[in-house]
Amino acid sequence: MALIRDLAVQFAEMLLVLALAPGLVGLVRKAKARLTRRRGASIIQPYRDLLRLIRKEVVLAENASWLFRVAPYVIFAATWVAAALVPTFATGLMFSWSADLIAIIALLASARFFLALAGMDVGTSFGGIGASREVMIASLAEPAMLMIVFTLALIVGSTQLATIAGFMNSAAVGLRVSLGLALFALIIVAIAENARIPVDNPATHLELTMVHEAMVLEYSGRHLAVIELAAALKLLLYVSLIACIFAPWGLAGPEAGLAAALIGVLTYVAKLAVGGVLLAVFETAIAKMRVFRVPQFIGAALMLGLLATLLRFFSGSL
Amino acid sequence: MTMLSEFVAGGRRVAAHRPAPRAVVDAATWHQAAQALGDERATLFGLWGERDAAHLALLDDGTGEIAVLSFACPDRRFPSVGALHPPALRLERAMRDLYGLVAEGAPDTRPWLDHGRWPNSRPEAAAPYDFRPAEGESLHRIPVGPVHAGIIEPGHFRFTAGGETVVRLEERLGYVHKGVENLMADATLERSAQLAGRVSGDSTVAYAIAFARAAEAALGVDAPPRALWLRALMAELERLANHFGDIGAICNDAAFALMHAHTGVLRERVLRAADVAFCHRLMRDGVVPGGVARDLSPEGSVAIRATVGEVRRRFPALIALYDNTASLLDRTVGAGYLRPELARQYGAGGYIGRGSGRDFDARRNLAYAPYDELRFTVPKRGDGDVNARVWIRIREVEQSLDLVDQILARLPQGATRIELPPAAGACEGLGLAEGFRGDVLVWLRLGGDGRIVRCHLRDPSWFQWPLLEAAIEGNIVADFPLCNKSFNCSYSGHDL
Repeated sequence: MALIRDLAVQFAEMLLVLALAPGLVGLVRKAKARLTRRRGASIIQPYRDLLRLIRKEVVLAENASWLFRVAPYVIFAATWVAAALVPTFATGLMFSWSADLIAIIALLASARFFLALAGMDVGTSFGGIGASREVMIASLAEPAMLMIVFTLALIVGSTQLATIAGFMNSAAVGLRVSLGLALFALIIVAIAENARIPVDNPATHLELTMVHEAMVLEYSGRHLAVIELAAALKLLLYVSLIACIFAPWGLAGPEAGLAAALIGVLTYVAKLAVGGVLLAVFETAIAKMRVFRVPQFIGAALMLGLLATLLRFFSGSL
Repeated sequence: MTMLSEFVAGGRRVAAHRPAPRAVVDAATWHQAAQALGDERATLFGLWGERDAAHLALLDDGTGEIAVLSFACPDRRFPSVGALHPPALRLERAMRDLYGLVAEGAPDTRPWLDHGRWPNSRPEAAAPYDFRPAEGESLHRIPVGPVHAGIIEPGHFRFTAGGETVVRLEERLGYVHKGVENLMADATLERSAQLAGRVSGDSTVAYAIAFARAAEAALGVDAPPRALWLRALMAELERLANHFGDIGAICNDAAFALMHAHTGVLRERVLRAADVAFCHRLMRDGVVPGGVARDLSPEGSVAIRATVGEVRRRFPALIALYDNTASLLDRTVGAGYLRPELARQYGAGGYIGRGSGRDFDARRNLAYAPYDELRFTVPKRGDGDVNARVWIRIREVEQSLDLVDQILARLPQGATRIELPPAAGACEGLGLAEGFRGDVLVWLRLGGDGRIVRCHLRDPSWFQWPLLEAAIEGNIVADFPLCNKSFNCSYSGHDL
């Protein structure tokens, strides 16, 4: 019985992230539009876009290899699994034992690997430019992310997200400098990983400045839909991750009933909304930085992560 | 006696050319003039051809003196000006494409506007375009355009980059060639004025003014004073609308959409005021030879005053926003630096020249009515980067607001249009106007029947596009859209 319940919760969670991801993108777009005095498209516009793309035919470049066709599904699968591992509304999930931060980083890294390969596959210059920029950003963002994981692991004594969330929700956590540093670092990494301003501009039409968009320029139809959905899932994943680690309130426990789960879902949606609006405000207030300034920006995340680890290492109370 | 008048005196003066003198000169004087351009004793103002002659317009930056030299070439060959003065190169290539005139000794003879797709294309134009090579270790080429990801005008840019750094940029233009000059041949003045207003949509007033002034000069008439003032009013409204659009678009290319949204509102207000005042948002066909098409209505005057008031209230906050956003300045300061020597050599007009120290504004240096009676200053900076070009626009907006106020306060009464007299034989006229990009030059010849024989329209972008190639060198590829937007050269006006 418990197995069926866990399975059901896990399944519900996977569907929930999938269903909410385009909505979060729509919310960020809507908030940005309102902040720049525009009416903006409806929040459900990304769902309509996905539907439209799925119905359209796929146009493939003549020299596209099998990799180009397979990559969208690999990217989507890896990102979806990663997103499903993060405790969103309940901690006692079926896959909790595997919901390891390092596993999530590895899943996202493999998705990125395939995206960069697909970007170069067709051989257009923009795909190559985008792939090279993406990998440059990733080579800095991933170590920073690992530093953040080390900090958390040293504090909590585990890299399992369910354990971390439980610990952060308890009184044992206290006020720690290292956690503050880790939060800052995680936000920077999240912005860089999701190709948001100031690292990349998701709304740009300028092919020469693109990072993420340049890699997917050649995609169309259902391939593009799947990639767009994966990108939305990734954004949702990072917001959920920050919420799960630094604002773990309202999470349903392992043995909680339906009511607790419902409360969990509601608080989760509220957290997503807050995260999305904050992202929109931040993006409106800042210009995109030069490509060569991005390493300094993400380098700051790496140093913050390192500092947090060291602080924690030297003093148990920091 | 100035150098330009010596050139004119050295040739056979053409009587029916107004207001600047035109003379048919021999090869020696032509060569001297090209040499003077190369030595920067004069600025190239235009170079165009017709069936059996090449025409060269020269400007003395200091005195504002203009002269047109013509070289008769029944054999369709003339000595190249571009060999001594590179800014003339693309103009000579266009002359070859459009009129079959061969510039002898020109270092660059590739087709320019002709892409081999016209019914009477030159055979060599159909061959793949020969981009200049740039060789070195680990350099790669990035072709961009002519179809872009956004809805913008078409142009091809061939980058050679070492990693992210641009080693060389070569432009390929001509995709929006419409054959305007050919359409004007044998057209009536009325029809030609409409065509002139459609050469470059964002500068339609500037083109219409330049064309009207050329036609009026050729016929030896003056538009009534009220018409001249109304033209200036339209020109300043056009400048305001375009500068607001540009300031916002430059910031938007640095992903700072907030500025774009706010300047977009201001631009829209100006366009709506123009719509109320002149019955067309962009004021197209508002200026006609002989005056203006419509008088300013009282409610139009009220609408413009209200708009100016609103802009004055809201623009300072936007200037502060630009100046206080460090992440934005980090992108604009130092990017796309244009050396003042180049701006001077190419005679770059508008914000591009003034951002790089070339202190030239046709409204002041060539003081045409009513600007000779209006008070305004011409902003100038020496730092030549994207930031400088933004600030020139900001200062020009402030000046234009003052000008609009002055024009509305002192608008003379009287007629707004005169009947044009029939042409008494062939006559020629030269007209110019300061558009938002820079000086627009129009030269035309009327036949005895009052129809256009030949009309040439020179966009300021002819002398600005080549400078973009120079300004981007050493910048990173990702900064090109920002630099390009700060130049905002016209594709349509250039491709004609």
